Amino acid sequence: MRALRGSVLLVAGALATAATLVRADDTTRQEIQKYQRMTSESSPVELWELQGADLWKAKRGPKNASLERCDLGMGPGVVKGAYAHLPRYFKDTGRVQDLESRLVTCMTTLQGFTEAEATKRVFGNADNPSDMEYLAAYVAGQSRGTKMQVSTKLPQEKETYELGKKLFFYRAGSWDFSCASCHGTEGKRIRMQELPVLSEPAGARGTYTTWPGYRVSVSQLKTMQWRINDCFRQQRFPEPAYGSEATVALTMFMAVNANGATYNGPGTKR
Amino acid sequence: MTKKTICLSFGAIAVTLAATQFSIAEPTPKELQTVLHRDFHAKGQAKMDRVDQDPVQRVCTETHDKPPVGLEKALEADQLKTIVLPADNQLMGDWKRGEKIAASGTGMTWKDKPDAVNGGSCYNCHQLSPAQPSFGTIGPSLTGFGKKRGHGPDAQKYVYSKIYNAKAFNLCSQMPRMGYSGTLTEQQIKDLTAYVLDPASPVNQ
Repeated sequence: MRALRGSVLLVAGALATAATLVRADDTTRQEIQKYQRMTSESSPVELWELQGADLWKAKRGPKNASLERCDLGMGPGVVKGAYAHLPRYFKDTGRVQDLESRLVTCMTTLQGFTEAEATKRVFGNADNPSDMEYLAAYVAGQSRGTKMQVSTKLPQEKETYELGKKLFFYRAGSWDFSCASCHGTEGKRIRMQELPVLSEPAGARGTYTTWPGYRVSVSQLKTMQWRINDCFRQQRFPEPAYGSEATVALTMFMAVNANGATYNGPGTKR
Repeated sequence: MTKKTICLSFGAIAVTLAATQFSIAEPTPKELQTVLHRDFHAKGQAKMDRVDQDPVQRVCTETHDKPPVGLEKALEADQLKTIVLPADNQLMGDWKRGEKIAASGTGMTWKDKPDAVNGGSCYNCHQLSPAQPSFGTIGPSLTGFGKKRGHGPDAQKYVYSKIYNAKAFNLCSQMPRMGYSGTLTEQQIKDLTAYVLDPASPVNQ
């Protein structure tokens, strides 16, 4: 694994350098798109997925058990296609859960970790990615090519979607921002970064189906919970709790808006 | 029509209205507040009062940024009263310092130190100097603003006030209230006003 990690860093380093060069010299939209094509063709995402698969099978925690019997909604141990059906309602917890909050459930029930232990370090860094990031990459990758089919049939699922929608348009904080301040109007940018309209299928499909994502600029794989967390930071809000009803609801809102699209992640980001 | 049928029809209308305005699964405002206060926590300078809405935020959220005109005008008038113009009546500072403030996007997040110097994040949303190709498009381009509007007292007062509290001019604007929110100091707003209006500023070249 050390060799693997080394090659990840090499690839990541080369990409980061390319990113800087591209940014410095070319600023047109075409050049950005060219760069995005280039990075998505040589992404180290698969190495995250491999590491995640190892972790999935590894016996860990007080119960010395693997996650192989984890029920992600399609039955214990079924990983293939599971991510394209999340978030969903789980009877055993009585909650609508996204991938990450569900993984926490499996770590506590199957492996015997406390919730505090399972969520202690969910966002890693370039030198030391988190277990959650590896696991999310692995599970999401197992839905590559699967059509997004997130259910709102159960009342709990419908309520979660509606809560997500409310939160998406909720303006507050020092700068009066909602999610829609940046992701509500077609064709807008922050600096050079194009902003998808996540409340509409067109924007949600392209974006949701490529998260989790490998961010070339920081050489890290980032999860959806991280993405939402960092958006709220930039909205100048207080911090949302990891895997909370609020963040799962926002994930639900975007996932349902992306329904019908083929899941194509983990993707590569700037 | 009997009295009873009138009551019934009104009842039916009320039910229809309720059904069109609120889906049953939608959280009530109180439920939403409960979720916000339970699922968010204070971090660094970002305290929990930030999830509570002031009247502007509430009206803009509830109307999807399209408030009824009467209410919009009344709230804009309230916002106008919050603007504090410099006591020395000098509204234009140094455009060179203004350029740095316009380019900086830091400040007010839970990662930023509360006593650190904040930026204006202007380039995140606006085009300003034609020499800076990395600009956002959420707000209108301000390139050549001073050349078009001049830099007389009215233009100065407008730009200073707009930066101080954008909601006084367009209630549901996406632009933060940079003075009112305590993000920028008086001197910083002066410097930004100069960056937008000064004939020597690259914005007007």
